[in-house]
Amino acid sequence: MSEKTVGYIHSLETFGLVDGPGVRFVVFMQGCHMRCKYCHNPETWATGCGDEWTAEALFEKAYRYHNYWGQTGGITVSGGEPLLQIDFLTEFFTIAKNHGVSTTLDTAGNPFTTEEPFYSKFKALMEVTDLVMLDLKHTDDKAHRELTGWTNENILQMARWLSDNNKDMWIRRVLVPGITDDDSELHRLKDFIDSLKTVKRVEILPYHTLGLFKWEALKIPYPLEGVPTPTEEQVKHAEDILGIVKE
Amino acid sequence: MKTFEQWNGFNGRIWKEEVNVRDFIQNNYKPYDGDESFLAGPTEATNKLWGALSKLQKEERAKGGVLDCETEVVSGLTAYGPGYIDEDLKDLEKVVGLQTDKPLKRAFMPYGGIKMAEQACTTYGYTPSPELHKIFTEYVRTHNQAVFDAYTPEMKLARHSHIITGLPDTYGRGRIVGDYRRVALYGIDFLIEEKQKDFANCGDGTMTDDVIRLREEIARQIGALKGMKDMAAIYGYDISKPAHNAKEAVQWLYFGYLAAIKTQNGAAMSVGRISTFLDIYIERDLENGTITESEAQELIDHLVMKFRMVKFARIPSYNALFSGDPVWATLEMGGTGLDGRSMVTKNDFRFLHTLENMGPAPEPNLTVLYSPRLPEAFKRYAAKVSIDTSSIQYENDDIMKPYWGDDYSICCCVSATETGKEMQFFGARANLAKCLLYAINGGVDEKPEKDGSHTQVGPAYAPITSEYLDYDEVMKKFDVMMDWLCGLYVNVLNLIQYMHDKYYYEEAEMALIDTDVRRSFATGIAGFSHVVDSLSAIKYAKVKPIRDENGLAVDFEIEGDFPKYGNDDDRADDIAVNLLGMFITKIKKHHTYRNSEPSTSILTITSNVVYGKATGATPDGRKAFTPFAPGGNPSYGAEQSGLLASLNSVAKLPYHWALDGISNTQTINPDAIGHSESERITNLVQVLDGYFCQGPHHLNVNVFGTEKLIDAMEHPEKEEYANFTIRVSGYAVKFIDLTREQQLDVIARTCHKVL
Repeated sequence: MSEKTVGYIHSLETFGLVDGPGVRFVVFMQGCHMRCKYCHNPETWATGCGDEWTAEALFEKAYRYHNYWGQTGGITVSGGEPLLQIDFLTEFFTIAKNHGVSTTLDTAGNPFTTEEPFYSKFKALMEVTDLVMLDLKHTDDKAHRELTGWTNENILQMARWLSDNNKDMWIRRVLVPGITDDDSELHRLKDFIDSLKTVKRVEILPYHTLGLFKWEALKIPYPLEGVPTPTEEQVKHAEDILGIVKE
Repeated sequence: MKTFEQWNGFNGRIWKEEVNVRDFIQNNYKPYDGDESFLAGPTEATNKLWGALSKLQKEERAKGGVLDCETEVVSGLTAYGPGYIDEDLKDLEKVVGLQTDKPLKRAFMPYGGIKMAEQACTTYGYTPSPELHKIFTEYVRTHNQAVFDAYTPEMKLARHSHIITGLPDTYGRGRIVGDYRRVALYGIDFLIEEKQKDFANCGDGTMTDDVIRLREEIARQIGALKGMKDMAAIYGYDISKPAHNAKEAVQWLYFGYLAAIKTQNGAAMSVGRISTFLDIYIERDLENGTITESEAQELIDHLVMKFRMVKFARIPSYNALFSGDPVWATLEMGGTGLDGRSMVTKNDFRFLHTLENMGPAPEPNLTVLYSPRLPEAFKRYAAKVSIDTSSIQYENDDIMKPYWGDDYSICCCVSATETGKEMQFFGARANLAKCLLYAINGGVDEKPEKDGSHTQVGPAYAPITSEYLDYDEVMKKFDVMMDWLCGLYVNVLNLIQYMHDKYYYEEAEMALIDTDVRRSFATGIAGFSHVVDSLSAIKYAKVKPIRDENGLAVDFEIEGDFPKYGNDDDRADDIAVNLLGMFITKIKKHHTYRNSEPSTSILTITSNVVYGKATGATPDGRKAFTPFAPGGNPSYGAEQSGLLASLNSVAKLPYHWALDGISNTQTINPDAIGHSESERITNLVQVLDGYFCQGPHHLNVNVFGTEKLIDAMEHPEKEEYANFTIRVSGYAVKFIDLTREQQLDVIARTCHKVL
């Protein structure tokens, strides 16, 4: 990796506490192909824009916060979709691992494929990734296409690959009333998760409308207009089905 | 060597030869590294008393903030007979003693200034006694009278324009922490004997000013010690001898503190580092089987209840500066000894537990002396209580210990002082944002007088007339204007401290401090972040002053981006470090009263609102007459990189340049700090460890969402908000007791939240 790969970064958060274990430096990469109807960061969709960083400079910036990480915290790369910039990501995580820093990849898995050249690159990335947080938006392919514009086949395949290759993962589900929360879907999700060997945690992320203003600013019509945020009971109900027990 | 049967079971000998509480503690305390599972809930007596007190607090709020006010009796050690929270429940009170004869009744304290004492009465609908008016205007001089007699016109002008403000010239200077533990450990008679020895050895017989003054002071201290015995006797206690057991130790110690708050209305009346000390007594009783854990907790709960009741009669302008009726009954927990042992005891858990047994409260100002090396279980418990109550502040023991040893107390909101060895001359703040504007405007104040005119307050140096501000030119002019300000500021304080010693001397507190006392001279900075960002804007962007018809810069246009303090960006943070260095260097040039050691602070309490209101627009884009950021905090909206970047910026300020303290207040949304309680605790401890290992001084931790603040502002009557406590710069307040302006200010501050 002698060539300096440039990463396109949307923004940085020095104090991420819910994006992986412990206190984390979170990098939001620019660019995503999915068009999830509930996306709270639509400004990260566009590719080829954002702040340009080299992996070294970004790591140096992140490492200023290593005092806060302790035994559990570290770096999380989120997005956008980080896998769209896999070369940069691997370079960044490699430096982090050389410094003994924990690395977490927060992805929706959309770019995953076992075709080359991606597949080899992905395997290399997994060598320097400690944890994958995989967002499973829907287990039903038709519903997934409706919600995101894309199939979920390769995403489920990626989950199985991580399981087969002994890579730790957290599975996340954004709970949108009437769209991702019906009991049959949640039971299907539970069955799928149970078929995986390396899931360390399952998280429900209640749908929220705090990102709504961004759609307005971008002048994109908001497809979930009028959809309510889930109630505490709905969240609890989903957690019960998925067998989530909070400490 | 002295011996008392009350000392049976205690180890060590130096503390028996002389007054030396630190030596006693080090020889006798038992570090505790277990968790909170041993703690006991409130007793029935605690619930009853706290219920009665809560009712009184409600009545107090309903009456506009003051429940009752003395108008006829001048406060003093023996001015009143005994008083109780509730006459019917008085047998339940394990710790007794009130400032006046009734709970929450505010005493009449005219020595700081009769006008203020009277105004405090009339503001709340009470009519002060004409007789006392006559006495304190015709026969007795007050501190306030003396200061204003001696002020120069320039001093009065600087005070009027608020370039120097919050000065203790109308009330007690406070910030003196008597070593109240001495009353419990030694009893009053021994303390009198020791002071008598000091009196006999004071000077070589040559009556210089210093010797005469000190002899008079010691005589007054001895008088105060005798007065304390009389005061305790009113409640049926003889405190001439050491305390026998934990119950007496708590009571004796409280009588020492009560003497202070009956005689002084200082801005800060700290309790000090009493937790580990009292634990020694409780441990001895537990071993002897003479006390249960429940009874031990009850003692601490009842003591804390008393600290929650401390009140002073204040005037509206004081309340605007220090909002929410604070008294800074600051009390410390944790810390480590010089030998490296943790000083956390079970009692530190008990004090934190009062926030659970009796709910959150702003007083006492509970302060954890933090080190990443404190026992994990204690750090986790403190973090838990922080998350639940937002009522704790943290201060860096690792950086204070080298300066103040392992027996220091926090004498105000965040300032350290060695317990029983040191006193402080408190000196408010200089407004550096205004000073920068004076540099640009040639000493003319930017805030118009009522008739629209502008006053020449600072020296009439040539103003800056260029279209754009040039960094080098601004710095040159800022430097000389700050020279002027620092000189004037130190002299104002010298004058105030001289008069305070003369007319409002703190004999009760000083009686519990070594005669050969070290004195520090505390100055302070207001508007810090705005000056830093202004200088950064001038240096890295283009700043164009908007001038009025007289050529006075009244606003600024900024073209381009510039780095701001609070983003861990060295370009801005270096300006911050330099600014602090510049100020303290200039302060130190001047003679300070009684050869005190000058220091400074970056902490504004809630006065950031008042200071900001008196200050025009600044070159960082801050609008005219809007609040400053509090203390060492970055400006609102300037922090663009998350909480940790902000913490890293503040951590760069060298503590040894601001030994009086650098406050930092941060608010975290509970949902953003972790998914479960255990995770939230782990994360908060991690933040505290990561922050404090970098050498900063202080952190206030608030955990709540903006929604809760807005709802509390709109619906203060809701039961859940009655004791809703938040940390502001260096202290805690009940949110609903803040003025609406200050509530809005708190809400406006960045609430660090991750979407």
